[in-house]
Amino acid sequence: MTRYARYFLAAGMASCLMAGFARADKPADPAAVSSDEGKYTDKDGRPTFKVHKDGKVDFYTYIGYVRYTANCMHCHGPDGLGSTYAPSLVNSLKSLDYADVMTTVANGKKDVSESSQLVMPSFGENKNIMCYIDAIYIYLRARSVDAIPRGRPQDHEPKPKGFSETEDSCMG
Amino acid sequence: MSRTFLTGLLTSAALLSSVLTAPSVLAQTPAAAGKEWATPAGSLNGQRFSTLNQITAQNASRLQVAWTFSTGVLRGHEGAPLVVGDVMFVHAPFPNTVFALDLNNDGKILWKYEPKQDPNVIPVMCCDTVNRGLAYGDGKIFLHQADTTLVALDAKTGNVAWSVKTDDPSKGATGTDAPLVVKDKVYVGVSGGEFGVRGWFGAYNTADGKPAWKGYSIGPDSDTLIVPGKTTELGKPVAANSSIASWQGDQWKIGGGATWGWKSYDPQTNLIYYGSGNPSTWNPKQRPGDNKYSMTIWARDADTGAVKWLYQMTPHDEWDYDGVNEMVLADQEIDGKPRNLLVHFDRNGFGYTLDRVTGELLVAAKFDPAVNWASKVDLDPKSETYGRPQVVPQYSTEHNGEDVNSTNICPAALGTKDEQPSAFSPQTGLFYVPTNHVCMDYEPFRVSYTAGQPYVGATLSMYPPRGDTNMGNFIAWDARTGKIVWSDPEQFSVWSGALATAGDVVFYGTLEGYLKAVDAKTGKELYRFKTPSGIIGNVMTYEHAGRQYVAVLSGVGGWAGIGLAAGLNDPHAGLGAVGGYAALNQYTSLGGTLTVFALPQN
Ligand code: HEC
Repeated sequence: MTRYARYFLAAGMASCLMAGFARADKPADPAAVSSDEGKYTDKDGRPTFKVHKDGKVDFYTYIGYVRYTANCMHCHGPDGLGSTYAPSLVNSLKSLDYADVMTTVANGKKDVSESSQLVMPSFGENKNIMCYIDAIYIYLRARSVDAIPRGRPQDHEPKPKGFSETEDSCMG
Repeated sequence: MSRTFLTGLLTSAALLSSVLTAPSVLAQTPAAAGKEWATPAGSLNGQRFSTLNQITAQNASRLQVAWTFSTGVLRGHEGAPLVVGDVMFVHAPFPNTVFALDLNNDGKILWKYEPKQDPNVIPVMCCDTVNRGLAYGDGKIFLHQADTTLVALDAKTGNVAWSVKTDDPSKGATGTDAPLVVKDKVYVGVSGGEFGVRGWFGAYNTADGKPAWKGYSIGPDSDTLIVPGKTTELGKPVAANSSIASWQGDQWKIGGGATWGWKSYDPQTNLIYYGSGNPSTWNPKQRPGDNKYSMTIWARDADTGAVKWLYQMTPHDEWDYDGVNEMVLADQEIDGKPRNLLVHFDRNGFGYTLDRVTGELLVAAKFDPAVNWASKVDLDPKSETYGRPQVVPQYSTEHNGEDVNSTNICPAALGTKDEQPSAFSPQTGLFYVPTNHVCMDYEPFRVSYTAGQPYVGATLSMYPPRGDTNMGNFIAWDARTGKIVWSDPEQFSVWSGALATAGDVVFYGTLEGYLKAVDAKTGKELYRFKTPSGIIGNVMTYEHAGRQYVAVLSGVGGWAGIGLAAGLNDPHAGLGAVGGYAALNQYTSLGGTLTVFALPQN
């Protein structure tokens, strides 16, 4: 485990990274059952989104959009839709679970042969991504079940108390 | 369709004769391409003009496909093949295969070079694994591989004559640019502005690959090869260590200024010209100061690298308007005086005309009326802000600050024009420019640096300008006056390099995959053919066995393949408006093919 990965674990921002949720056949029901300072979780305790009736989203979904678009969009296409370069994560997250996503983002993934040159980089040491990985997951989870449309979420819950402090200590 | 046919073509005959009779410096540096196409732009002046004239505005409608060739690679195909003698040299994106094809034998493969490269370099190549092509000289073919290996291949056998490593991909540096050969040196630059790479431009001896000189974009004068007191910017000598003085702390060490664009050369001044790219990160708040010399036009002595003059177009960039686009060298009259010009269409949406000997700024004008981030470039030499863009606060991401989404900025980060090179016809006196017509929202935020990891610092979304559905235009431009002469709208960004010919036909490709021929004087379409995939390559022409051919690589990819594949989405339009902007993946799919056109033989 890298120095940073340990750090992220300590910071509690990717607490399930190595905790080993088994790969589910189908990702669990994304409905939010509880919330801690504006961060929602499903019935199994995995991070999830919250979309209010008026379309307003939780703060993590919103920050997830911002960080996805800055760090993943240039390969995975706008709004998670895929590109000529990398698969659609809107599709992938229909079958990938939280732990699968964490593992792929931290360690990378390769499919290189005569006919294929797919390389997902490993971001385990990249604070700009690992400090926000839960938010990116939450955003993509919402996109994968069509809970939010394409584009920047128009309205979101206020920045949760303590978010900036956690962010600062993770980013260093 | 707006076609304002202007009358600026009167001097064309005089210009042509001046081109043909210009003190022909060396046989190796003709002012225009002819039978051969031996450098990336056809000639060292970057004009992408050919004297071939079998294909004319009258007969271009009868063009046909003569032959095709598959590269076997799926990724985006930028650049163009070379033709030297009876051999065509074709390059491909990663893994950077090179083929030598025998034009005397129906394109039979004479040799093939396929380097073994670490696949870990793939994801370091921001926005696809493109390569912009080859250079030829000293009996060798030069290729700057993705992993920053500069390799010289024996043009006859394909055997490696020498190879040198120019930089370190584990730190985010990659090779995507087409080298340029002048006399006994080969020139290359580096990619990696989104990884905090510190850009440089280097010369290597064609004979043995020994480094001759290297000039950084950013750093102390000893690194940039700026000569304090002698190097000038807009006519004034540059102060000592002016680059570092324009940064705070050590940020300059990861300051960007990559150099992945096209290069041109003027034998009369012995200067080599190119541009430097964005400062790192994209978050302007993290790098106070002018961030010199990112976003800069450079004129260096080709033998020593010493900087003769430079000009920073976008000080303290706030939008990712890289300055790497081509520098086209042309001789035209301005206000009755013959001038040695350098013309540059920048990502920032301004077309610049400078005196290429002195670096004097003559014209700076918007080449897409949608451009709004700056009202103008200050052209008053007496002004404090001489040469600087007058930034509109509403569109200033520095002014609006971190974590604020600045909206409706035109152009988008990919610029009014990206790397797709323009062409110049000395016959019409006009420049032919493939353009993007796209705007953006831009939200900068704080990022931390890790070597070899992306170092971006902004989120952006792109969409066509208010009220428009076309995402590109192909325009004719008068660089003497800074005016658009005619403009052909295109559904998608025009991401293909243009070709101008003495037959008064101009060629370019489209993202749907059309090769188009248009009338150089009016822009009227003369011919179109849909190639197997979207075109992001540059059109070239050559003559073989008495017949003129036009060739282009298709193979969609690059930013276009990524950003436009699923269609753009206007964040400010109501739901349902999205369908207005077509998704490119409904028109074309991946695959690298060379398509070669000619008139039918009677
Ligand atoms: C440099 C390009 C690149 C970037 C940047 C990138 N990816 Fe990927 N990603 C890929 C490629 C290519 C694959 C497919 C790899 C394979 O199939 O082996 C992939 C695969 C994945 C997968 C697995 C998909 C599946 O169906 O198995 C996930 C999850 C993923 N990426 C998430 C992300 C996230 C989240 C980000 C941003 C933090 C990101 N990626 C940034 C290129 C990229």
